[in-house]
Amino acid sequence: MASVTYDHVVKRYTADVTVVKDFNVDIKDKEFMVLVGPSGCGKSTALRMLAGLEAITEGKILIGDRVVNNVAAKDRDIAMVFQSYALYPHMSVYDNMAFPLQMAHMKKSEIDKRVRNASRILGLDNFLKRKPRALSGGQRQRVALGRAIVRSPKVFLLDEPLSNLDAKLRGQTRVELQKLHRDLQTTFIYVTHDQVEAMTMGDRIAIMNAGILQQVGTPGEIYDHPANLFVAGFIGTPTMNFIPANVTNGSAKASGFEVKLPKALPAGSKGTLGFRPEAVTDRTTDGGTILDMKVDVVERLGSDQYLYGSVGGDQLTARVDPRMAVAPGDRVRLGLDTRGLHFFDGESEQALL
Amino acid sequence: MSVTTAGRRESTAATYSLPWFSQQISHYAVHIVVIGLTVIWMIPTVGLLVSSFRPFSAIASTGWWTAISPPYNFTLQNYSDMLSQSNLGTAIFNSFMVAVPATIIPVTIAAFAAYAFSWMNFPGRNWIFLALVGLLAVPLQLTFIPVTTFFVHAGWTTENLEATGIPGLPWLPLWLAHAGYGMPFSIYLLSNFFRALPSDLFESAEIDGAGTLTTFFRLVLPLSVPALASLVIFQFLWVWNDLLVALIYVGGAPEVAPLTVNLANLTNSLGQGYQLLTAAAFFSMIVPLVVFLSLQRYFVRGILAGSVKG
Repeated sequence: MASVTYDHVVKRYTADVTVVKDFNVDIKDKEFMVLVGPSGCGKSTALRMLAGLEAITEGKILIGDRVVNNVAAKDRDIAMVFQSYALYPHMSVYDNMAFPLQMAHMKKSEIDKRVRNASRILGLDNFLKRKPRALSGGQRQRVALGRAIVRSPKVFLLDEPLSNLDAKLRGQTRVELQKLHRDLQTTFIYVTHDQVEAMTMGDRIAIMNAGILQQVGTPGEIYDHPANLFVAGFIGTPTMNFIPANVTNGSAKASGFEVKLPKALPAGSKGTLGFRPEAVTDRTTDGGTILDMKVDVVERLGSDQYLYGSVGGDQLTARVDPRMAVAPGDRVRLGLDTRGLHFFDGESEQALL
Repeated sequence: MSVTTAGRRESTAATYSLPWFSQQISHYAVHIVVIGLTVIWMIPTVGLLVSSFRPFSAIASTGWWTAISPPYNFTLQNYSDMLSQSNLGTAIFNSFMVAVPATIIPVTIAAFAAYAFSWMNFPGRNWIFLALVGLLAVPLQLTFIPVTTFFVHAGWTTENLEATGIPGLPWLPLWLAHAGYGMPFSIYLLSNFFRALPSDLFESAEIDGAGTLTTFFRLVLPLSVPALASLVIFQFLWVWNDLLVALIYVGGAPEVAPLTVNLANLTNSLGQGYQLLTAAAFFSMIVPLVVFLSLQRYFVRGILAGSVKG
């Protein structure tokens, strides 16, 4: 049980290859923190530096109050679950879980107690004698978790632990992991490229891109108030609508419509107007913005209906009532809820609204 | 896998199509060629086997193929002569005394070295490895004079070593020589195998608190049994069948010379007795055959292990 602090951490491989740039995050005790970003954004490297598998080029990493820069991986009191699970193929499930405890020279009776406890939590009791190759993907994944649990570490590190599972199992395991986090009362740091995993599991999310931390916040904050264009586009499916626009006289003017901004922005600023598909509604209000949309594709998902089309010269996605009858080629008049409106600066791509 | 999948017939409609026929023909053609090569390869061995059961007069007058049609004229004379005339018991013992340590020593050292080459960082790692691989191309004949000179200067001649009275010591030069000759290939083979082990395993072991030696003994060695077994077969067969190296280093001392030297001497000591060699050849094959057959499932797996992921 401990907090984790990244203090101006940099990872540089050569003079001009920097994979993590000035990374600062405070992860609270018992928090479930998700590091998310596209592949190659440095999230795994950030985790591996914490694990002690990569050297830290600059800055400090603290677990609790202790700077761990020069502490060996085994002495950091952490446990890691790898994407490939990294189970020892020649050892039984029991021995796989007992291995870290044997390395710590723990008493046999204590090892046995801990392994059986972990196997009970994870439902592995019937498989303790099996070799990993005789297990299914989900079972292997649980053995990997078990090997981490037995150590009762201060911090759990998980590096894309679900990406080798099929979609259905992934959903189940997501729920189980959250339960596990609640039961264990330990800090979890979870790396993924999947924004759904990030949104559903994280107490807080840290979004990275190209080695730079973009935003840290709760899933709600990040969804409702993305700090910049990248975060806005990365979180949410279908992605947010981005429309080039100019600010004039308290409203933003795009090629096909004009919308009154809820907050004043300096006139003449250029940038990108952003709003999520669900901010587009099939109800138009008097005096409100009207989107005159030419529909290209209609996607019915049962609970939702997505319309893809163009307004003026801009492509747009709208989530509308599934009962609304629309066919490709139709023109529809849609409203826009200005509460979900964002505006990103053209130069810095930072959110102004 | 992908080859069979790609070649799989998709529907019954295509069963008797032209591609199907050509596929079948090429399928059988491969088998016929392989079987043909095997037969050609085996003819001399079969000839030797047949000859070993023929009396000397018959060997000297007609070809071995005449013996496989009636009238049959087979005998065990060659085998009994060979067994009684050469000092076989000692020779077989010597062969084991040479082959077993000369297998264990290089494989053990190579395993440590290969682990270092594949999973530890040290300056000059790649250059040293490159130099080692380069040694594969050096013919061992080049080393005879310098190595023999070294042994003589060091006083490690057979007489001196026997005079110490320590059992096993007279074979020391041969062990060292075989270990040296086997080392480049052993390190090369094992490094390739070790390198293919997933790095996650090593990182996981590191976090779990396993040190370098623990990782080596508890992870690398158990996971490398196929590679080690195939290397043991290679090295054992090479040492067991070796005549040249044994002849150079202990050839003059029949009390320590292995089976191959002993058998080669059969012809010399008996003048024209080359019919005994036919029997001797088959006799010396028994041990390698047993070793190979008992370890061959590892052997095949070990060869494939580097290239095909299990």
